[in-house]
Amino acid sequence: MEILLAIIIGVLYAAAIYMMMSRSIVKLIIGLALLGHASNLLIFNMGPLVRGRPPLIHEGAEVPIPPFADPLPQALILTAIVIGLGAIAFAIVLVRSVYQQVGTDDIDELRTTER
Amino acid sequence: MTIPTKMLILLPILLSFLAAIINILAWNHRRWQRIVTLVATTLNLLVALRIFMVVYGQGPQAVQASNWPAPFGITIVADLFSAIMVVITALMGLTVAIYALADITPQREALGYHPLYHTLLMGIYGSFLTGDIFNLYVWFEVMLISSFVLIGLGGDRGQLEGSFKYVTINLISSAIFLAAAGLTYGVTGTLNMADLRGALAQVPGGFATTLGMMFLLAFGIKAGLFPLYGWLPAAYHTPPAAISAIFAGMLTKVGVYALIRVFTLLFVQEVAYTHSLILMAAAGLTMVIGVFGAATRSEFRRILSFHIISQIGYMIMGLAIFSPLALAGAIFYIIHHIIVKTNLFLVSGVVNWMQGSYDLKKLGGLYKTNPGLGVLFLIPALSLAGIPPLSGFWAKFVLVRAGLEAGDYAIVAAALFVSVLTLYSMMKIWQFVFWQKAPEGVVERGHGEGENGRFFRLLPIIILATCTIIIGLYAGFFFDVAQQAANQLLDPTQYLNVVLQR
Repeated sequence: MEILLAIIIGVLYAAAIYMMMSRSIVKLIIGLALLGHASNLLIFNMGPLVRGRPPLIHEGAEVPIPPFADPLPQALILTAIVIGLGAIAFAIVLVRSVYQQVGTDDIDELRTTER
Repeated sequence: MTIPTKMLILLPILLSFLAAIINILAWNHRRWQRIVTLVATTLNLLVALRIFMVVYGQGPQAVQASNWPAPFGITIVADLFSAIMVVITALMGLTVAIYALADITPQREALGYHPLYHTLLMGIYGSFLTGDIFNLYVWFEVMLISSFVLIGLGGDRGQLEGSFKYVTINLISSAIFLAAAGLTYGVTGTLNMADLRGALAQVPGGFATTLGMMFLLAFGIKAGLFPLYGWLPAAYHTPPAAISAIFAGMLTKVGVYALIRVFTLLFVQEVAYTHSLILMAAAGLTMVIGVFGAATRSEFRRILSFHIISQIGYMIMGLAIFSPLALAGAIFYIIHHIIVKTNLFLVSGVVNWMQGSYDLKKLGGLYKTNPGLGVLFLIPALSLAGIPPLSGFWAKFVLVRAGLEAGDYAIVAAALFVSVLTLYSMMKIWQFVFWQKAPEGVVERGHGEGENGRFFRLLPIIILATCTIIIGLYAGFFFDVAQQAANQLLDPTQYLNVVLQR
């Protein structure tokens, strides 16, 4: 399962970078979103993947009995997903207003601040 | 009134948060928003000074959030380096808030400038005070989201283009940071920085160094390190002067702070490779490329933006040499640089207010009409170039001496060379803006708004120029503080004990 996820993460990273290489602003945003997903899955893969064993402490015991699913990476991803959602939502709105002002979705046209 | 220490080091974050909330509630009441902003930033400066005194007197202080003991909970910790950064942030927060009273237009205020300013400061304080690597990521994001909106606020074409690049590169940097934090957890099973120090020492092979390089990439983008600086001069000159001043002063320095923190506390396994080779090369190239960029530009704030990059090189040079003296030099340099650079951006804003442009070719003759402003420009400008007895001289002197002691002659030569070119480009601004006659068609403006606008614009500049002179004259005290902070970084026993409650 870990290996399968690792391959998916690799594919996601590759797709993200491919999309970001494009000159279209929209593809760039899609690339950024994929990059975020790849990082989230990477963290998910960090804790050992255990099915059907929630990290609950049984009555009378002090610690849960291993193997159990590591809750921390999931908490981290939850935080990261929320932050990523906000950032991408903002980026989409920004792209829309850039498009309205500049009238193009070609990144090469956005050069007026570098002259 | 005495505040318990545990409460005290949380206060900068809490106060900023409270101010942001009140400002959102008072969305349509500009007067109240302005009062809240000024009161909150003033209180924060007092709190920051108190934190500094406590940490300076009694050593590092830590709070375990919700009393979850480290490394299970999130620790908020202030050592001397953090305390210094918090004081500087508070000082910039107050002075720029005063300047913004005159500089930020009512339209931008109505779009939510005030609450965003406080969430930005909250993110910066949080980054300086957290003791947890994932929490650092969260504070970075708080700071970044606020800065995304602030840089684009108002929606000029230039601003939108600048903020688009800024947003893109920072999202990439965040994704790398996130992946690095995740991998760190996977390898060590902890995210608390104090706990990580011990855990990373036991990680086999080059894992730790690989992780270190990922963090270098993530923080290097935010700090504007070579070759990752391209976004900075494309974005920092687009928003109004008050916003670009707080960005120029603080945001890249949060990246530098994070670099210094992780490369003194966490990734010290292969210093010969990570510090003496990679960081050293990055520092030297950042310095030189940055100053070359500045020498060829002729727009006030673009020149200053390139100088930020060049100066980042000096700070990283201190980290790369990695001796107590060099780190003290780097910390001293950060203190000096934030004050001076914010001040220069504020001066550029005043020049724009008076003559309506940032383009050097469309400016001129200001020394004749405003000799006082000329002097106020010269103090930070000469300090930036490193003319004694101003603060910049001592900062560079310490770094150069540390470089010579460590035998890194190449980087010392680069530092001195860059210093000369810095002087050249500061003199270029002086020549064009203040000394030579105004070109045809320049209209002297800036008297229509009444004396208030003038007062609020000049007061922060005078405060910051005075700070530069005071640091220069009492360099002994400031250097002593920087030296102690550097010693705490290089020997973090106290830091580890206070966080891990040993």
